[in-house]
Amino acid sequence: MSSPQITLQTVTGVDVELTIAGPGSRSYAFVIDWHIRLLLALQWMLVGHLIYFGGLRMTDSPGPGYALWVWLPTLLIYFLYHPVLEIAMRGRTPGKRIAGVRLVTREGDIPGAGPLLLRNIFRLLDSLPLAYLVGLITVVLTEHHVRVGDLAAGTLLVMDHDSSATSFASTTAAKSGLTPQAADLIQELLDRWPALDENYRATIARTLLARVEPQIPAEELAGLSTNDLRARLTAKLTG
Amino acid sequence: MTENGGLQAWATSRIAAWGDLGSILDGLERKRDHTVTETLRAIELYRALGRDLSIVRRTLPASRMTRALAQSYARLHAVIYRKPHNWRERLRSLFREEIPQVVRELRGPIQFVALVFALAAAAGWWLIGTYPELVGLVASEQMIDGVEEGRLWTEDIVNVAPSSVISVGILANNITVSIVAFVLGVFFGLGTFYIIAMNGFMLGAIFAFTHQHGMAGELLKFVLAHGLVELSVICIAGAAGMMLGEALIRPTHETRRESFRHAASKTSKVLLLCALLLVVCGFIEGYVSPDPAFPMISRVVIGFGWWVVMLGALSGRLFGSGRSQAKA
Repeated sequence: MSSPQITLQTVTGVDVELTIAGPGSRSYAFVIDWHIRLLLALQWMLVGHLIYFGGLRMTDSPGPGYALWVWLPTLLIYFLYHPVLEIAMRGRTPGKRIAGVRLVTREGDIPGAGPLLLRNIFRLLDSLPLAYLVGLITVVLTEHHVRVGDLAAGTLLVMDHDSSATSFASTTAAKSGLTPQAADLIQELLDRWPALDENYRATIARTLLARVEPQIPAEELAGLSTNDLRARLTAKLTG
Repeated sequence: MTENGGLQAWATSRIAAWGDLGSILDGLERKRDHTVTETLRAIELYRALGRDLSIVRRTLPASRMTRALAQSYARLHAVIYRKPHNWRERLRSLFREEIPQVVRELRGPIQFVALVFALAAAAGWWLIGTYPELVGLVASEQMIDGVEEGRLWTEDIVNVAPSSVISVGILANNITVSIVAFVLGVFFGLGTFYIIAMNGFMLGAIFAFTHQHGMAGELLKFVLAHGLVELSVICIAGAAGMMLGEALIRPTHETRRESFRHAASKTSKVLLLCALLLVVCGFIEGYVSPDPAFPMISRVVIGFGWWVVMLGALSGRLFGSGRSQAKA
């Protein structure tokens, strides 16, 4: 199932196309963020506890300072992680950045503080009854994979892979006379190399090399190891 | 020159411009205030990227270059069309004009929610007054035992924890209840109705129970300083939630989704003011209400005084709304 896209018309006549992030990407980003905020909160609690008590010990009545300087900031870090970071990072959080997604408005703009706060207020509803079940159901059932908070704030979660550097550099490597289409294919294969089956990637690599370097004898090509094939393809891209 | 050769030559000529795109976009996104030069450069880049994107979309559809250019173009589009930002002016406008406007529109729902609250309180009073044995529905055993021994549960609050801790706990709880009352309006207003009715019922029931033991006056003395504003704010948050429900039942825009988004965006503004009011209520409830040193008259002055401040804030007069309109 391909991700839905929304197209925004612009004054230049060149439309902006945004790929909506699906439930998988959204969940991936959330899980990363959850781990980060939990670790940060626990870190504060531990360090605060150590400073307050001078060690890993506890008394029956730790005093008001403990609640105000240890507990309260711990809870603030845990519960305000999303709204604060989404505002400060203009629609991203560390988890969203790692997952390659970001928040935008329906007009493709960076959301302001108001919509981001509103989106986070509705986490109270989206997290019901547990583990964001309401939010997950809404994400699966809605056309643009949005949860209730996104509906209220008018925001969308879109894909945001920053692959510009590698794409441009490799696709325009004209030194070996590669066509842009061939360079594209080679870059795609190299990017997916670790995930492909050993035999399969060797087969594809030999087919590609045969096309871009027709002067290589077939016997020589067949004798190349997968590491050699990869090295030859990389050299072809970088010139 | 072949078509591919021409395309390759063109792409090579543009690589220098594309290579810096990532850092340029990061810089543009990070800054909120741009100089005229930076703005004009961004607009020129936007036009240039649009031209490049239109070429690669025709000649290299679904290629990595196209995807990368499209991503950069979308990011630049977001930066250029980002709304102007002046947080001082934004806050001024919010408290002087936008929130008072929303409150005026919420007048009807506020009255309705207040009526629901009052009726629920009356129902709670009647139920416990008629069937005192049902007080366990609204009060814990500890509270019940204390009242039967002639001691309100509020008397021991400052012995359990310091006032600062109590205040923070109370204001956090009240803000959460207000947000829940708002958010549950999504269920066509029924969720909000339930929250408001339950809170009203519990208040009426508790007062009936304490009245049966001659302690209603003590409880009133406790709640007076913070209760007026606290209850008013919960009714306002409930009214905002009702508006959410109404937007879903009777859409004001083309689609229910758009209607809901519009209602949520408009009514949520008032929650900001509600939260600020509840912060002060939390500190009053932590420092003033449980302290026997404050006589009744002080509590009346604080309670009604803070309520008048609340009215001024809701109407915008506290933030100079009347003066700014006169100047305009």
